[in-house]
Amino acid sequence: MTSTLRKSAIHLRVTLFALLCVFVVVASVQPAHAEIEVNVNRGDVQPLPVAVPAFGGTQGADIAQVIAANLQRSGLFRPLDPASFVEKNLTAAVQPRFGDWKTINAQALVNGQVTVEGGKLRVDFRLWDVFQEKQMLGLQFTSSPENWRRVAHKISDAVYERLTGEKGYFDTRVVFVAESGGRGKTIKRLAIMDQDGANPSYLTGGDSIVMTPRFSANSQEITYMSLRPESSSIFLFNLETARRESLGAFAGMVFAPRFSPDGGKVAFSVERRGNSDIFLMNLSSRTSTRLTSDPAIDTSASFSPDGSKIVFNSDRGGSPQLYLMGADGSGQRRVSNGGGRYTTPVWSPTGEFIAFTKQTGGEFHIGIMRPDGSDERLLTTSYLDEGPTWAPNGRVLMFSRETPGGPPKLWSVDVTGRILQPVPYPGAGSDPAWSPLLN
Amino acid sequence: MIRSVNGNTAFRLALMGVAAASLAACATKKPMPIRTETPPAQTQTPPRTELPPAQPGVTQVPTGALPGSVQDFVVNVGDRVYFDTDSHDVREDAKPLLDAQSTWLRRYGAVAVRIEGNADERGTREYNLALGARRANSVRDYLISQGVTADRIATISFGKESPLDAGSGEAAWDKNRNARTAVVSGAQ
Repeated sequence: MTSTLRKSAIHLRVTLFALLCVFVVVASVQPAHAEIEVNVNRGDVQPLPVAVPAFGGTQGADIAQVIAANLQRSGLFRPLDPASFVEKNLTAAVQPRFGDWKTINAQALVNGQVTVEGGKLRVDFRLWDVFQEKQMLGLQFTSSPENWRRVAHKISDAVYERLTGEKGYFDTRVVFVAESGGRGKTIKRLAIMDQDGANPSYLTGGDSIVMTPRFSANSQEITYMSLRPESSSIFLFNLETARRESLGAFAGMVFAPRFSPDGGKVAFSVERRGNSDIFLMNLSSRTSTRLTSDPAIDTSASFSPDGSKIVFNSDRGGSPQLYLMGADGSGQRRVSNGGGRYTTPVWSPTGEFIAFTKQTGGEFHIGIMRPDGSDERLLTTSYLDEGPTWAPNGRVLMFSRETPGGPPKLWSVDVTGRILQPVPYPGAGSDPAWSPLLN
Repeated sequence: MIRSVNGNTAFRLALMGVAAASLAACATKKPMPIRTETPPAQTQTPPRTELPPAQPGVTQVPTGALPGSVQDFVVNVGDRVYFDTDSHDVREDAKPLLDAQSTWLRRYGAVAVRIEGNADERGTREYNLALGARRANSVRDYLISQGVTADRIATISFGKESPLDAGSGEAAWDKNRNARTAVVSGAQ
């Protein structure tokens, strides 16, 4: 597809899906314009039927399953039941029998072949437009055999990007707080897992209460808060070296740390004599600048993706609301304007939205609004939803949900609010933070 | 470390030597023959019928916890006060308890305390940390206003991380919005 065609396809995306059936019908007449596109903006689309038969070779079935599960959870695709497949033992080396896939109404087909050679895992895959009978994508990935899930995630990202025109978010990880021990005696440990809940592992013991981890933009460093009866601390944790470092001692409590987009600074709150304000520390010089000095609570800072602005939480107007300021603390002004209490603002990676937690009438919501406060949309409602984090493409949010008396669980919702589901991690968890796409 | 044997130690060593020697002597003695003897037949004395002399009564008065101890503070003064929703103002009904805390802390001047602020679960984590800190600070200010010196009082907030009542609902939330004065040092 040429870049011109790609651009026109993106412009058309809003209406394209509605016209998909028409395109498919006329495909044989005007093949150049009839490619499948999946619309990520509309909340009422029918997910695209896609076939992901088991790849040939060792772990080919496992890889296909991970891809199908990723596509399914995005809500934009509907993987078809492998039992319905007519053509069996398809490999990436031959052209599929399109008629067999049209019969079961698969719009797209992902097939592949796994080869292990010299201790290396090689996966070849192809994405097919079944009704146009043409290949949309063909790629080869090479890695070590134990890394097969990451290969499956990278294939999922490639398929997602080719069909939606947007970057995927499957080759990512989530750092969160794993909870155990029950309410009132909860043990909280920093943990990390793949975005689909696989490969969970703990990063800290349970000797202090850990909270609110956040990734740096390079995905290799985490900042989080640790609380003991005597004191609170902010730590930096390097995922490659497992080196842990405190930001130092402060007069008063420190909490709510967040990296700047360039990774060179950390914004955080310092509480002194009951007053919480936002500070910014330069990580190379270790000097801190005070950004707010209002006697109210100022906390939960989040940078805009370009690093020029900060959205934060303050109750200076009488109830917790969202405020905006320059990254130097200038021009502080309120942006949330609905009724209710707004907390935990998080700027989307695309800059398009600010996600937040909102309390109204005894219920909690995860919502999004434009950075100027307009176009507010509440995506969830429950007894207690809290702390959204964005997938790197800005299409999905993860958050924690509690039922009365129950432990917190991780959930996700897309920006349309249509695709709401639990994260496939079996344990109790809170404070999720989504990594950028891995390299 | 090698120490010289002083007189006292030497004396004790000598005694031990004597003791060991006498034990050895015992061990070599012939066993004594065992005498068998039939005990004399016992004559039964019937129990006396008159009552035993009256004993003076014992009165029991609880003395309670050791004055100036942590237990004394927790039991006799009270370590926790409660707050209204979203508020960090010291409630009227909390003032008598805080007055008693102040009196106790003035009496036991060596005691240092840490005030731990807590919030209920109906808020988000970071805001609740800040709210708990405000509550702890309100109690600190009150104790200072009653004459407790500032350098004896530390504060921290547990936010909603350490609920007193693990349940959900109004009754649990009422208990979980509190500030606890914890004695950290200097008590009896």
